[in-house]
Amino acid sequence: MDETLESRKAPKKQSLQGESFRYQNRGVLTFFQCASVFCYMGDHAKCFGAKEGGSEMELKTPLYDAHVAAGGKIVPFGGYLLPVQYGAGVIAEHMAVRTKAGLFDVSHMGELLLNGKDAFKNLQYLLTNDFTAMADGDCRYSPMCYPTGGVVDDLLVYKYADDDYLLVVNASNRHKDAEWIRGHLQGDVEFRDISDQTAQLALQGPLAHQILEPLVSVGTLPEKYYSFVPYLEVAGIRCLVSRTGYTGEDGYELYCAPEEATELWNKLLEAGEPLGLIPCGLGARDTLRLEAAMPLYGHEMDENITPVETGLGFFVKMDKEDFIGKAAMAAQGKPARKRVGLKLTDRGIAREACDVYAAAEAAEPVGRTTSGTHCPYLGYAVAMALVPVGSAALGTALWIDVRGRRLRAEVVKLPFYKR
Amino acid sequence: MNYPKELFYMKSHEWVKFLDDATALVGISDHAQDALGDLVFVNLPQAEDAVTAGESFADVESVKAVSDVYSPVTGTIAEINEALLDSPELLNQDPYGAWMIKVVNVTDHADLLSAEDYEKMIAEEA
Repeated sequence: MDETLESRKAPKKQSLQGESFRYQNRGVLTFFQCASVFCYMGDHAKCFGAKEGGSEMELKTPLYDAHVAAGGKIVPFGGYLLPVQYGAGVIAEHMAVRTKAGLFDVSHMGELLLNGKDAFKNLQYLLTNDFTAMADGDCRYSPMCYPTGGVVDDLLVYKYADDDYLLVVNASNRHKDAEWIRGHLQGDVEFRDISDQTAQLALQGPLAHQILEPLVSVGTLPEKYYSFVPYLEVAGIRCLVSRTGYTGEDGYELYCAPEEATELWNKLLEAGEPLGLIPCGLGARDTLRLEAAMPLYGHEMDENITPVETGLGFFVKMDKEDFIGKAAMAAQGKPARKRVGLKLTDRGIAREACDVYAAAEAAEPVGRTTSGTHCPYLGYAVAMALVPVGSAALGTALWIDVRGRRLRAEVVKLPFYKR
Repeated sequence: MNYPKELFYMKSHEWVKFLDDATALVGISDHAQDALGDLVFVNLPQAEDAVTAGESFADVESVKAVSDVYSPVTGTIAEINEALLDSPELLNQDPYGAWMIKVVNVTDHADLLSAEDYEKMIAEEA
């Protein structure tokens, strides 16, 4: 079994004690207290144990001290204290990942183990994707749905063997996911949450391979996109390494023991610095995934949005045997709304949860934005929105209400950026 | 951080430079631009708009955040710094050169801090 991801000490619980929100009610800097600022922080209030606006339950990842020492601006996210950016700033970090390489601490992600004779059968029933033709050492993306077709979470499945899988889930959904999965397990299967015993780093960018290769034995890195190697020594540290990521670039995600995470972090930075590798925070992680039009739970999908509406129909295999959500999605048929990409043609930036109108003067909105930002690499503002199918054709002009101003946007092809 | 002595500051991190008793330039402080991070959009009012001390007259957007900017003075906008519309990064590069609005007919001002007091306030927050 998987020793690397097990039998580790849990990280200590720490409290914020006001360290992070010291800019409250300070005019131009008021945003620091506003949870909606970092759009992904919307999840924070909902996440397990965390208190809104407050601060009792956030955990530190094993790399917390390294982030502070490196000048990271720390914010609470998904129940963890993580850097939103370092000294270089979001734009420089974003550009480093697009042109060279960036290193992220993603230890907040949840890791769940599912194994036993009936593990496969359970996956097939719990998740919408089909895991039948999946080789050992492959990773596969899937939504996990409620019976309504709404989404519990989206996750990555790592297959060790027919009876042995690792599930990597969103930090803020980890406890909800674990509870949901436990409540639906059938037959001979064992399920464990090893998130607290697992650190995760993401090395992303066109030079990721060049940086990582000298740190491992020749020819041992996973070659195929969405594949992994369960045990690999990276600079002498035992890791699970997958060729995966959430940036739209080539790259790797490395899982290791929490007590070795700082050493791994430092060795990767040391090896990559001559090639332009810099540490990157949550801000760049969000702009990179948005520019690459990768959906984020709580934004492009949630309990009220089906994966088909999000445009993830490819990962919903309606022709496999029964799975949770199948009947509802079959009954729904072709959804009436879908996720579109919008490029703003007026000056301004649309964020999440802005109303979208079919005409500049229209009284009633037709949809809402789910995410939006200024794209550092593309150099313009984009948003994703859920709109009626009739308003979703490429080239359609739509108007987004941004704090009382209607900004014109055009439906464009997704992803906004493709390497 | 740099806080020029000839300017006055608001607690909300704007600066004001009085060209004479009734004319002022307004911008955001070095501390503000640093805390906001890379600015990518500025939404400015128009010339001839009225501004009121303590009320929002513009917003600035970084990659991840939007923030209001408050006016230190009451008066009429004579000019906006149009260069900021195409190059909002000027606010990061040169916060005291990159004024946002020029206000004339100034009749009132908000509570203002000297450079020394403003710097002290920031030090206390840190």
